[in-house]
Order: sequence, then C-alpha cells, then structure tokens
Amino acid sequence: MGVSRRISRRKFCSASAAAAVTALASPLPVLAQSAARIVVIGGGFGGASCARALKQIDPKLQVTLVEPNRTFTACPFSNNVIAGLRSIEEQKFGYDKIAASGITVVALEATTINAAARTVGLADGTSLSYDRLVLSPGIELRFDALPGYDEAAAAKMPHAWKAGEQTLLLRKQLEAMDDGGLVVIAAPANPFRCPPGPYERACLIAHYLKTKKPRSKLIILDAKDTFSKQRLFQNAWKELYPGMVEWISLSQGGKVNAVDPATNTLITDFGNHTAQVANVIPPQRAGRIAAIAGATDNTGWCAIDPVTFESRSAPNIHVIGDACLAGAMPKSAFSANAQAKTCANAIATLVAGGSPAAPKLINTCYSLAAPDYGISIAGVYHPKNGLLADVEGAGGVSPLEASRDFRAREADYAQSWFATITAEVFG
Amino acid sequence: MKALRAVIGLATVMASSLPVLAASDPPPGAASCSGCHSGGVTGSSVSRLNGRDAGEIATAMAGFRDGSLPATVMNRIAKGFSDDELRAMAAWLAAQK
Repeated sequence: MGVSRRISRRKFCSASAAAAVTALASPLPVLAQSAARIVVIGGGFGGASCARALKQIDPKLQVTLVEPNRTFTACPFSNNVIAGLRSIEEQKFGYDKIAASGITVVALEATTINAAARTVGLADGTSLSYDRLVLSPGIELRFDALPGYDEAAAAKMPHAWKAGEQTLLLRKQLEAMDDGGLVVIAAPANPFRCPPGPYERACLIAHYLKTKKPRSKLIILDAKDTFSKQRLFQNAWKELYPGMVEWISLSQGGKVNAVDPATNTLITDFGNHTAQVANVIPPQRAGRIAAIAGATDNTGWCAIDPVTFESRSAPNIHVIGDACLAGAMPKSAFSANAQAKTCANAIATLVAGGSPAAPKLINTCYSLAAPDYGISIAGVYHPKNGLLADVEGAGGVSPLEASRDFRAREADYAQSWFATITAEVFG
Repeated sequence: MKALRAVIGLATVMASSLPVLAASDPPPGAASCSGCHSGGVTGSSVSRLNGRDAGEIATAMAGFRDGSLPATVMNRIAKGFSDDELRAMAAWLAAQK
C-alpha cells in the first residue's frame, strides 16, 4: 500500500495546524479564503466514491478519507465466493489510486465526533477539522438483537454479511459439509443491507450443492412475508434447483427468535432447525460512528435530507450509503455510489455558498440465480415529502418470462457493472 | 474545453425549461450513469457514455423509454425521465471527458 500511516499523519498534522490558525482567526469557517475541508469517514462504495467525486468536482477541496482498513473487501459478488465460483482476491481493492488522486487517506479509525467544533477524533488521539463531514460507515451487525447470536456465535454460525473472513468461513463450512446436509439461511426483517442478497445466496449455494452435494437441502428462515425480486427468485428455485430450496416466510413460522451455536440450532415459534451449516444474517443498524455523531434516530439508521444527504439531526454532517434512510432507495453498492456523487455535488455547491438543486438518483441491483442467469431490479428516485421516493412509472424487476439468453445477458451485465463501478471507485 | 462546455451548457439551457445549472453541475440523474457506463474497463460489456454524441444518447434513451429500442434494464430506467431531463443528461454526458 502506498498509504503509509506516517505520511497520513504528517498531512493530517499540517491540516490540523492550518485548521487551528483558521479557528483562531475567526469563529466561522473562512471558505472564501481557504479551500473547504471535507472529511469522509468510511472507504467503501459510498465513502470512496464520495471522496473521489469531491476531488473531481473541485480539485481545490481538501478531501480526507478516513478508513482503518488498508484493503476493502467488496460484498457484491461475495456470494460467488461462498459458492466456490470466485476467489476472494477478486473482491479486494486498495486505496493507492485514491491517495494518488490528491485525497489524503488516513488509515485510522474515527472514534469521536464533535459536531459543534467540527472535529473528528482518531484512534491515535489526534483529530481532524472539517467544514463538512460525510459519514459512509455502512452497517453494524446487531449482536444484541437475536438471543444467542453474538460475535462468538458468528464464528460458528457465520453471517457473511460483511465480506472477508466471514465469507471464507461460510465457504469452508459448505465445503466440509457431507452430501445430504442441511443448510439454513436466516434472513432478517427490513431494512437491511442488500435486500436481494439472502435469496441470491440461496441460489448460488444451491448451485454448489446441486453440482457437488446433490442430496443436500437449503432452507431460508425469513422474518418477512415478501422480499426483493421474489417471483423471479422463486421461479429460479423451481426451474434451476427443484426440490432443493425451501423458503419459510414469517407467517409460516420463519422468524428466527433465538439461536444455539453449541448445537447449530435455529429456534422459531414453529420448531427448531438444526443445520449442518447455519448462515445467520442478523438485524443491522448504521455503522457505529453514525450514532457517535448523533446522526442516528431511534431506528438505529440515519434520517437525511433527500437533496443534500445532510443529517436531519447533526448539522454539517452528511450520511450516505447503507447507513442512511434513503426512502425507497435500497441499501446497495449502486445506491451508495449514486448517493455519493449526488452528495458530493451538493457539498461542492454548499461550500461555494450555493443552494443545491433537487437531484434524481438511479439504482440497479443485479442478482445471480446461477452463474449465467441474472435478474435485476432498478429504480429512479427523487425527493418527495422529505424522502427519496420512487419516480412513478419507472423501475421494476426483470420480466418474469424471459429467454435464457436474456438471463445470460443480465448475468453478463452484472459482471460488467462490478468491473466498472470498482474501477470508478478504486481504479 | 471550457468554452465547449459553456456552449453545450448554454444549448441545454436554451433547449429546456429546467433550472439553470452551471455547466459542470450534473442535471438530475446524470451522476448515477457512471456506475455502469464510465467505460474503458476490461471485462465490461456496457458502453461508455462520456464524450459520446448528445443526440445519440438522447435518441437511445427515448427509444428505451417508448420500447422501440429493446433493452434489459434501460427501459425501466428511461421511464423515470422527461424529454427535457433526457436531453440535459445527454448534453452533460457528452461534455464529460
């Protein structure tokens, strides 16, 4: 990695010295005389996109990206890794190009935020001053929400909902499982990261089982009665994996109330399921720093202004990506990237003293039912009644009736999207 | 390049009833396109839009919207935009490097 902690610290020290001078000279940020300082916390699809967009819109902006991990491991396509179709290395991206584009990358965790003083405290005790702060912290898995499911339990019953070691753990468990074993996926209630993700995962695990362990079975225990791309997924299960995938909805007793990691058991009102491989996707909330910043509401997520993505509760702090409540927009990498660019434009306008125009945003999410079988959901969104709402008449899912060639093209576009977006953000 | 952008920006403003934007500000929706269409990427089957002819982009979007041009997902996306919005997006994308 080209981003050494030493360089980051040095840059940061000079930035904070300059900030101190500014603070002494005037109680207000002096935007006309000095370039605005924008700090972005979180180096995933949202934060990294936003930092890059800010620098691209106005190279004079002082943009700092705070991200403790030296490597980003992407979630989209990580279900392919779980299914043995892809290497985890293809999911990994570094911050060298971002640093080379004039953005200061600070490889430390942000631990405190003082919204009144506009400072971010870092894990080493130093701090950064900002004119505008962007939070893109992704999700925190709630280890307090499902009895029996804590961090230790996740080592036995992986969530694999943050890509990396957990992805590989679930992969290893599937590889070690005997033919004829039972795989259970516990899917959470809304809202959560990647709404079609559990069902794509069911497809791709079934693809692995069908190929290598055809007597095995997969059950999805769901805390919901409906889910994203539902008919398309259900058709794909029937068509591609007949008799292998069973979905148990909330009203059929699918909600997991507790787990017992010692016996790999998932407990519902209607009975217990003991799995050879249990993939427990727990409830989630905004990444921790959002709560520290005072940007979360009682849902655990962040209410935002749909034009600027500025927090409803924490002034000068913008929240993008999975952590924000973006109305009709799903928590996806595509959404995070689109929100990041919209937020960057709004911030550039705000620091220049302007007033941002109402945006429109697009989301497109592909899922793979098999390596050559893609399905998608798309939407166009605009601010309405203080939220991001669907533009009526637009969006929707892939046709229920389509040729295998059509599905193959969508699978190809899914791959293309991943190659393009990761190049835009990290390349 | 600046002059070219200014001309395109002016043309956009004249052609549409949208609020006046600085030449560099993306019109509604345009910033989202590069998620798939930034192009020049190995392994991508999706076309690059930056620098492409504005008329070509606007015509394609209108075709996706009314169904005369077959698509997998662009038909669903194009329906979210008016004629004026599509023209503004096309002009902005054409002006991007």
